[in-house]
Amino acid sequence: MATNVVMEALSPTMEEGRLVKWSKAVGDAVKTGETLAEVETDKAVMELVARADGQLLKQIVAEGATVPVGATVAVIGAPGEKVDSVPAPAPAQPASPKAPAAVGTRPLATPATAPAAPVPAPAPVAPADATRVVRASPLAKRLAKERGVDLKLVQGSGPGGRVVMRDLEGAGAAVAVAVPRSAVPQPVGGVAYRDVPLTQIRKTIAKRLAASLGPVPHFFLTTEVDMERAADARAALNQQLGDQGKISVNDILLKATALALVKHGACNAWWQEDHIRYWNDVHLGVAVAVEDGLITPVIRNTDRKSLLEISAEARELAGRARERRLKPEEYTGSTFSVSNLGMFEIDQFTGVINPPEAGILAVGTMAAKPVAVDGQVVVRRRLRMTMSCDHRVIDGATGAAFLKTLKQMLENPLAMLL
Amino acid sequence: MPTITYRDALNQALREEMQRDPNVLLMGEEVGLYQGAYKVSRGLLEEFGAKRIVDTPIAELGFAGIGVGAAMGGLRPVVEFMTWNFAVLALDQIVNAAAKMLYMSGGQIPMPIVFRGPNGAALQLSSQHSQAWESWLSHIPGLKVVAPATPYDAKGLLKSAIRDNNPVIVLEGEMLYNNKGEVPEGEILIPIGQAEVKRDGSHVTIICHSKTVSIALKAADQLASQDIAAEVLDLRTLRPLDDAAILGSVAKTNRAVIVEEGWPQCGIGAQVVDLIQREAFDQLDAPVLRVTQADVPMPYNKQLERLAKPSPEKVVAAARRVLYLD
Repeated sequence: MATNVVMEALSPTMEEGRLVKWSKAVGDAVKTGETLAEVETDKAVMELVARADGQLLKQIVAEGATVPVGATVAVIGAPGEKVDSVPAPAPAQPASPKAPAAVGTRPLATPATAPAAPVPAPAPVAPADATRVVRASPLAKRLAKERGVDLKLVQGSGPGGRVVMRDLEGAGAAVAVAVPRSAVPQPVGGVAYRDVPLTQIRKTIAKRLAASLGPVPHFFLTTEVDMERAADARAALNQQLGDQGKISVNDILLKATALALVKHGACNAWWQEDHIRYWNDVHLGVAVAVEDGLITPVIRNTDRKSLLEISAEARELAGRARERRLKPEEYTGSTFSVSNLGMFEIDQFTGVINPPEAGILAVGTMAAKPVAVDGQVVVRRRLRMTMSCDHRVIDGATGAAFLKTLKQMLENPLAMLL
Repeated sequence: MPTITYRDALNQALREEMQRDPNVLLMGEEVGLYQGAYKVSRGLLEEFGAKRIVDTPIAELGFAGIGVGAAMGGLRPVVEFMTWNFAVLALDQIVNAAAKMLYMSGGQIPMPIVFRGPNGAALQLSSQHSQAWESWLSHIPGLKVVAPATPYDAKGLLKSAIRDNNPVIVLEGEMLYNNKGEVPEGEILIPIGQAEVKRDGSHVTIICHSKTVSIALKAADQLASQDIAAEVLDLRTLRPLDDAAILGSVAKTNRAVIVEEGWPQCGIGAQVVDLIQREAFDQLDAPVLRVTQADVPMPYNKQLERLAKPSPEKVVAAARRVLYLD
């Protein structure tokens, strides 16, 4: 029997996809898991893979066309099988014969043969995504919650479209993968984060400040850091490394920020409306300018990586970000972000927080300037950084203490070893 | 390490415990002169004499009651039933006397007694002689229930049962008595209440006991050829259940299949499912499935009997379903 290939939700927020290029031609044999086409989502170019074995019988969508998630783009079937007409676009959830496909198609009246029990009035039919009943195994629900995955966007491969573990992990080759395995790595310590219920004072602060300054009540802390020793250390390291690698000032900043966050867990947190999630691991988002916007690839466990690892990973991620080749799990799940406009010779700026994170560090350019040291005017390399804080999570003194630690680490790089 | 049969492992356990403690005695139908219907008591009458190896009339309720009285008097009787199908006649003594004695005497009268014999189906013994009684017996507070699958476990668990100061039910199997396995000579004591992983795996846990352990291991072999790593967890003790072992394995594999000889309703598997859904709900990626005897009296007809019993193929099918492969 022929299987319809549908446009899948390949990123957490994808609503439509542009078919960039067919990887299989009509008549080609296809196997489950093989790439059928490249699809441009709202974030990146992703692969659309086959969910059935057989022959590609028909391409319904032309290269370059944009279709909504759930639309049928091709048909796979037995060689020679006849495809009579273009199948109607299917819902994103694969319809299993055993289960109702979606709320909208569920019969509203009780079938005549059913017992005449009182039936609650059906809720008004809303857009499918808003009301769709998510069927998921308890394990899948737990994993999705831990990883911040919206189950409504995941295609379930179990009975009746049930989302099961493999749909979240890509375990086993033959399965739907909306959010692949490495979305958030398992924490080394075993527990990824700690949820703390909101205290009354926290609730009041949240309410009052949000009313004053918009949904995320920002405030800003700026400090100027003497980069003389960090810059010297960097120069010495690069000389020693030779052609083995190159450390940038930003790499040192990322490492120091991550280590300071370990010491100030209160700033490594997500605002979750009814509680605050304090992350035990540090995953730094690094803002990268791309041709038509901005994306923040994530360096996982930044605090546990060496400068060389951070340097290599940052460069590699930024490169692919500019090519729009990042996978969703590579730009989601950060616990704090860093934005650096130093290369544009910006002295100082304020970053806008990327919710649900509670803070972002905006880094200006490092420049030589006259400063007073021990009563003498000397020329030192200095850098200004501004931390934007979500006041619902971070108070002024909390943010200041974090910045102070960060400043100490940069001004005396050996402090990173403390 | 010597390789011996399950029946000889039980024989070693009885002999060692009788040598160790003069209060231990064995009683039952044909245990003495005939040396046991299944030759578990071979050589014991000769070694320990008729006072400690006691042939009884065919009167299960009566000799079970004598055993309970002997235990009240300070002895440590081992009561052998020719099969657990016949022990139904003695359930009043097991359930109303032995299981309640310590409780109803306010802790004054311990009940160090073992009731043992073959349980479950053999081959073509028909409906009345092919029954698995573990869920009946495990239901009763005051009893401990063990169901060893291997000669090693049989020896270690029977010795622990004899030394226990509570009534312990030992479920053996006609189809197990000839099974061979490595058993060290001398002391082995397996604590009651400890399950054992008989085979490591990460994709699905097959929970089993007694005869179904070999079914589970065969199923695991077949699954391995399909690149599925099944973990085989042998419960060994059915009361008290080893909750930690069950939950630990399910936490690892996120899915379970339970296989038992008994009927589905109120079976051992039902109890294990209750534990898993209650304590490991967030670990589960699929509903737990059970493989049991068909819900009918055991047919005499050979083909029907085969179809009614659990089999490796049925376990493989269930494992593939909880892995969403079929």
